[in-house]
Amino acid sequence: MSVNFLISQAKNIQIVIDENAAEIEALDQNIGDGDHIFNVQRGLKLVVELENDIKNLPVQKGLNMIAMKVLSGIGGSSGALFGTFFMSMAKTPNLDGNIDFNKACEMVITGINAMKERGKADVGEKTMMDVLIPVSKKLNELKSGNTDINEGLSEIIKIAEDRMLATKDMLATKGRASFLGERAKGHIDPGARSSQLIIDTICKSLINK
Amino acid sequence: MKKFINNVDDFLKESLNGFGKAHSDIIKVNFEPNFISRKTKTKEGKVSLISGGGSGHEPMHGGFVGYGMLDAACPGFVFSAPTPDQMQAAAENVDSGAGVLFIVKNYSGDIMNFQMGAEMYSGKNDSIITNDDVAVEDSTFTTGRRGVAATVLVEKIVGSLAESGGSLEECKKLGEKVNKNSGTMGVAFTSCTVPAAGKPTFDIGNDEMEFGVGIHGEPGRKREKIQPSKTIVNNMLEAILDDLKPQKNEKTLLFINGMGGTPLTELYLVYDDACDILKSKGIEITRSLVGNYCTSLEMQGASITLLKCDEEILKNWDAPVHTAAMRWGM
Repeated sequence: MSVNFLISQAKNIQIVIDENAAEIEALDQNIGDGDHIFNVQRGLKLVVELENDIKNLPVQKGLNMIAMKVLSGIGGSSGALFGTFFMSMAKTPNLDGNIDFNKACEMVITGINAMKERGKADVGEKTMMDVLIPVSKKLNELKSGNTDINEGLSEIIKIAEDRMLATKDMLATKGRASFLGERAKGHIDPGARSSQLIIDTICKSLINK
Repeated sequence: MKKFINNVDDFLKESLNGFGKAHSDIIKVNFEPNFISRKTKTKEGKVSLISGGGSGHEPMHGGFVGYGMLDAACPGFVFSAPTPDQMQAAAENVDSGAGVLFIVKNYSGDIMNFQMGAEMYSGKNDSIITNDDVAVEDSTFTTGRRGVAATVLVEKIVGSLAESGGSLEECKKLGEKVNKNSGTMGVAFTSCTVPAAGKPTFDIGNDEMEFGVGIHGEPGRKREKIQPSKTIVNNMLEAILDDLKPQKNEKTLLFINGMGGTPLTELYLVYDDACDILKSKGIEITRSLVGNYCTSLEMQGASITLLKCDEEILKNWDAPVHTAAMRWGM
């Protein structure tokens, strides 16, 4: 993993998120206040715009700059959570050498754990963590096991999609949708949908590479 | 979307620019990171109060920066929580050594960003979280109630205590008391349009209202047919009284807050209805506030806040205040 890898992923994700923006916005307007998609789009734009400033930096420095940009440029829950994600990824030990698949898994796991801590949310509460926590668990298995990487990535795509769809019938207990009680049922959580799209895009780009 | 806009991306910056120019005698607008501070430095030994939240609720919070209320306010994008670097910069700018009290509305984005800001700020600080909205029950299924219009009352009353030398602990204690003693219920007749979205946040029929609406247009308890004001006000007050359970003859402050698109004429009519209903229930109204203080862009609707008042609350409510949106006694 390199800073260039991060930037190229951000560009891919930006295209996919823009394609699905109307759907995510509609989900948020059903149960939230409609700001999620704009925050995600703003964040991606800021990261992509950082390219020239960070492309030659070591991963740790690059991640820290991405973290500060996201933290100060987005706002809302997404800004705090994704900022925390990148900041914690950068704190993974031993990032100086070559970052292989196992190390990258460790970084993502560290980042997701920190998001869980910051948002005080767990699975089953109708948030993006419903997608991210199971993905993190699977990454942990992949990291320590002998599964074929391509197979593992396909499984992650499936897990993210299943968990995203599962938020539809959940009662929200966190975030703005939590104020709605029963009325939030029947709608997929917008944060779960955007997270699933991000994971889907990254995994698909890595399969058979 | 019909709004005064030049370019959606410049919406907040240009609005803050105008605010700064219009009230240059009271406040100063700082950019990158964005925060509004008092024109004069916080006097030594006075606890600094900092609030903030998404924009679109004006005059909350920038309009409450000034003598007797806030020392700084951190505006986020429309309906999006501000970022931690704003809170950190504001705290560093206004803290005069007596510490900083952050006043935060109970929304997850605000809570997380203020927490991070507080962690990044090295000086002494503490926070209070407002959650006065009675529309949605506090239960095992919610993170709790929303912080809405009573935040204005908390900022005014705690602001006065800080001005008269209250310590950080005392300010926090009073803020929590005001929050606990207040209950708010909101109703919306129309939606609002977030500039970046360009279309209304929710659909609502011409003859419908959202009972228990939040200050971002997020749904409340139920959607129902519009009714005469007396009936609506009665239902709103019942929800509040169920929650607050005031004693007979208990002194209260009655606050009718406009959501941005309802004229004052209607807000006073609501006040009249609320007075009659509260009087019939033996509840004494000793103070009043009517106007647009905690808005939701151009939404038509209103909220009612009732605050149970003791001597400490009344004394600090009556004390002088000089901000862009609230001024008396000086």
